[in-house]
Amino acid sequence: MERFQDIDKADSTVIWVKNMTKKFGKFVANDNLTFSVEKGEIFGFLGANGAGKTTAIRILCGLLSPTSGEAYVAGYDVYKQSEKIKQSIGYMSQKFSLYDDLNMMENIRFFGGIYGLDKKTIEQRTNELIEKFGMQDMQKKLIKDIPLGWKQKIAFSIAVLHKPKVVFLDEPTGGVDPITRRQFWDLINETAEMGITVFVTTHYMDEAEYCNRVSIMSEGKIIELGKPKDLKEKHQVNSIDELFFKVARNVNY
Amino acid sequence: MKTYLSLVKKEFHHILRDKRTMLILFGIPVALMLLFGFVITNEIKTIGIAVLDQSNDYTTNQIVDRLESSCYFVVKQRISNYGQLESVFKSGAAKLAIVFEQQFDYNLQRNRKANVQIIADASDANFANLSVSYATAVIRGYINDKNVQKSGMLQIVPEVRMAYNPELKGVYFFVPGIMALILMLISALMTSVSIVREKEYGSMDVLLVSPVRPVEILLGKVTPYILLSFINAFVIVVLGWSVFGLPVAGSLFLLFFECFLFISLALSLGILISTIADSQMVAMFVSAVGLMLPTILLSGFIFPIENMPLILQWFCNIMPPKYFIIILKHIMLMGNGLKEVWKETLILLSMNLFFILLAIKKFKIRR
Repeated sequence: MERFQDIDKADSTVIWVKNMTKKFGKFVANDNLTFSVEKGEIFGFLGANGAGKTTAIRILCGLLSPTSGEAYVAGYDVYKQSEKIKQSIGYMSQKFSLYDDLNMMENIRFFGGIYGLDKKTIEQRTNELIEKFGMQDMQKKLIKDIPLGWKQKIAFSIAVLHKPKVVFLDEPTGGVDPITRRQFWDLINETAEMGITVFVTTHYMDEAEYCNRVSIMSEGKIIELGKPKDLKEKHQVNSIDELFFKVARNVNY
Repeated sequence: MKTYLSLVKKEFHHILRDKRTMLILFGIPVALMLLFGFVITNEIKTIGIAVLDQSNDYTTNQIVDRLESSCYFVVKQRISNYGQLESVFKSGAAKLAIVFEQQFDYNLQRNRKANVQIIADASDANFANLSVSYATAVIRGYINDKNVQKSGMLQIVPEVRMAYNPELKGVYFFVPGIMALILMLISALMTSVSIVREKEYGSMDVLLVSPVRPVEILLGKVTPYILLSFINAFVIVVLGWSVFGLPVAGSLFLLFFECFLFISLALSLGILISTIADSQMVAMFVSAVGLMLPTILLSGFIFPIENMPLILQWFCNIMPPKYFIIILKHIMLMGNGLKEVWKETLILLSMNLFFILLAIKKFKIRR
């Protein structure tokens, strides 16, 4: 674990976390997390339910404050500069993606509006989106009448509409069919190529293979961190799925 | 400003597209007005009375005629002794008995004082109260007329005065109450439910993660409800005036200013509820039991506060609707101005400040 202890905070570091701990009463949700994420990286955050992934993501987004430790997002301190952080991040969760009773255009305009984009920029980026997805006929449909897969793709596009430095995706592909999931990951790759850092949590171990680096959490701790290829070699397994079972079993499962 | 407008626009979309919300917003106020106005009326019409006339002379007959011609009373039964009273009340034929003493006319002429006894079936206390007042009013009216004819000589035994609402019209009582109820419903209940809905769906997280400030989220949330509350207050005033003939005696401007005070108070209560409730069900329950019920029961809307046990009276004193209803009665019925209601206005104002600050503070802590 020593190699995590002293991590550099370079200019290209977008997320920098050192000894971050979050306690809820006596329960330790995040135990001494230390990691960093570089610009344009796709960073996968894996772990079983209750492992502490969501807590970590909520801290980094400024929804919770850590109990102790340090954390910087886009160069800003999560303790003091959460307002600045909010300007620089995008966020999308499985639980909520878009307002069901608004149509696609209204959703885009709303989220564009609260991120302070002007009308012209919103129109322009909306047109790009529609062009890209070929959704001309979906514009006026209420979101509740659009299939989940499409919804998630639109939601992701909206989360990066304001071109944030980093986008947090909390289980973005939950309940989505394999083909759409594949398309969704194409979108993620495109976004990362544009220089937007992607921080993603997921249950699907096959998705972990698409990440540049993954960390595996268990009981509030990071128990593995590295490139998927390196981790597989280290533990002599064929897939992240196997790896997950192997390392997770060592810790009480 | 732009983010605020985006939020308001979004909120309006939510409201206008949800049929249930629209029904609550515009159906309930109208339904309540009509219901209270026409069905659950506490006005008395054609109430059955029993007459025990031990004197049966010119005056007593005239008084009975007077009672009957008032349209409020119908003589159902004439009885000959007190013993029959019980069975008349039990059968439900009459709710009120008028008992004239012996030699009523003689006493009145000689002693300038005669006694009439009014006995009410008080199993329905409100009803009894009202019908006794009606009967006394009618008898008093009769004696007044006599006095005028005979140049002031007869003594008036009952002294009751129904100020500002001499006919005891129900609509005068319930319009202020309904106003308080509706504004509470829309401002507190609807707002708390709509904020909690965003918490439940997880969209609140998305908003809190965005650069929008919590205060902006709140303002965007409540603005549409303020507007709708005003529309409803207006609808109630117009309905009261056009359908039930209740004019607003005082200043309309003051009336809407006081409405605004009450609306913002109710909104902060709604926000407060939304910070403690985790589901729409809980929010709805807390608003209904914690705010709507007191507005109906502990505000003087239906039950007079003066008649309550002391402990409940103290409770009433911390209920904002109580003061709002007092203010409304002053402005709408008596035509009074700020001079008469400044105390209640001040109380509403300070409650307002307290709850707004508390609501903003609580809402921030959530993040």
